[in-house]
Amino acid sequence: MEEGKLIENGGMPKFDITDLNLHYGTFHALKGINMKIRKNEITAFIGPSGCGKSTFLKTLNRMNDLVDNVKIEGGVKLDGKDIFKEMDAITLRHRVGMVFQQPNPFPKSVYDNVAYGPRIFGIHRKAELDEIVERSLRQAAIWDELKDRLNKSALGLSGGQQQRLCMARTLAVEPEVILMDEPTSALDPISTSKIEDLAMELKEKYTIVIVTHNMQQAARISDRTAFFLLGEMVEFNETGKVFSMPKDKRTEDYISGRFG
Amino acid sequence: MDTGKEKSMFAREYFWQGLMTLCGLFVIVLTIVIGAFLVYKGSATFTTFHHSLLEFLGSGDWTPQDDASGGGAVGALIFIVGSLCTCGLALLISTPFSLGSAIFITEISPKFGEKFYRPVVEIFAGIPSVVYGWVGLTVLVPAIKNVFHRQVGHSVLAAGLVLAVMIFPTITSVSADALRSVGKETRMAAYGLGSTRWQTIYRIVIPAAGPGVITGIIMGLARAFGEALAVAMVIGQTTALPTSIFSTTKTLTTEVAAQMGNAMEGGELKSALWTMALLLFLISLLFIFLIHMVSAKQPECSVRSEKKMLAKGATREKERIAEEKIDAMGGKA
Repeated sequence: MEEGKLIENGGMPKFDITDLNLHYGTFHALKGINMKIRKNEITAFIGPSGCGKSTFLKTLNRMNDLVDNVKIEGGVKLDGKDIFKEMDAITLRHRVGMVFQQPNPFPKSVYDNVAYGPRIFGIHRKAELDEIVERSLRQAAIWDELKDRLNKSALGLSGGQQQRLCMARTLAVEPEVILMDEPTSALDPISTSKIEDLAMELKEKYTIVIVTHNMQQAARISDRTAFFLLGEMVEFNETGKVFSMPKDKRTEDYISGRFG
Repeated sequence: MDTGKEKSMFAREYFWQGLMTLCGLFVIVLTIVIGAFLVYKGSATFTTFHHSLLEFLGSGDWTPQDDASGGGAVGALIFIVGSLCTCGLALLISTPFSLGSAIFITEISPKFGEKFYRPVVEIFAGIPSVVYGWVGLTVLVPAIKNVFHRQVGHSVLAAGLVLAVMIFPTITSVSADALRSVGKETRMAAYGLGSTRWQTIYRIVIPAAGPGVITGIIMGLARAFGEALAVAMVIGQTTALPTSIFSTTKTLTTEVAAQMGNAMEGGELKSALWTMALLLFLISLLFIFLIHMVSAKQPECSVRSEKKMLAKGATREKERIAEEKIDAMGGKA
């Protein structure tokens, strides 16, 4: 897949993860993960349920901090800076946004949903907010559908619209990285393909990491794929290679549908 | 397929269904009967003794005759104002503390809050009002007298403080339920955008729980309005309009409770008291109506299971209101 581009981006990785171990109480959920995630690429995490891929994703913007009894060892560097030691979680989450599995708009209007992020950074001028809201909704390809109902409750939208609104809400704070935790698992095929198209467009400006249960999805949109099993990262390579000639027997078994 | 076994199974089904329906109907009928009885008794002031509604609600002249000939004045303004002042004050004092506690229980320290703080708050609700009143009389009244250099410590302030303590658990636990029903997904969305905990609480969680919190406040207000005994012990019981928070006065409930035993059956005083009881009944109906209005505005949550949870919460609230209503009426009748 797009060999030239991968080489072009071969500079400093966006995320540099070294020897990452994570424990939930006594459960060893992530075992010695080493990985470099590159800029302006879509990196997909695949693997069966409970393999640690979502846990790993949530480590990247420290959402795991909110869970009790989590112990994390090892280093995660964002642009060379350790996210645990040299950054606070709030700043980190400004830079590394997240889209969740279930669409989770706030029980507010469409406008207030998108304007929430800018507002907590202290942007209150109406004109500026208007501009951010329009730009973000356009980026999320949902402006035309929603421009006439900005003041309506976001909870009245369809699931697919809600998820794209959540993308717009994340884009409004202009993060550098967008983490997506199975963003399409609750959506119908048409909404799914819209989200996928969106992810492909957004990688021009952002770095995207997506967890997916759907292997076709990983194959369709990602540049690189990591396969996780029982807390270990079994294989990480260019997506084309992972799916056409996996190096590890376990990866091959999984993608050929022998388990999972 | 009409075997005997099946028949008996359905017979039992119908029996229990019938019994439960009957119990439910009984409660409804009881409420309506009490309402009708109050209207019947309370209207005598206007029909038999020919007073106007305006006089009853708008005049502070309270000299009803304790016999059937009538001719006195039945202005209940003093009691209405007394009730409004004490309850308003109680609400002003109690709401910030209750909301703070609810946030503490649900957001700041859920473990300690659930295991220790919440049970303690619920014990508050179970303390009989005579105990609140007595403690108020022994501690609060002398304290107010000394701190503010008053001749007497009995006052609207004392009543407001006692009521504030009494309604604190109601507002706290209803608000805490409302805050807790805000979905985890919603909180995660806020944190994911880089919100601090406080930003998440006051920009997302509190607005989302708003209707529930307001329901709690109205329920607290209803409880304060219906309280007679504790208020009577600390308010000083003088028939005069309050001029400051240090004034002594009376409320609707304290006057009814104080006079009902002495008043002659069929006399003007008795009728006026019944009218006040009717007014209390109407006020509690108004509160319940308000609660329904507010909970109808309850925002839906993004996830279906959340909707179900909310629906359950609303039913629980309604049940609680119904219980309170019966309690309140039991106290008055």
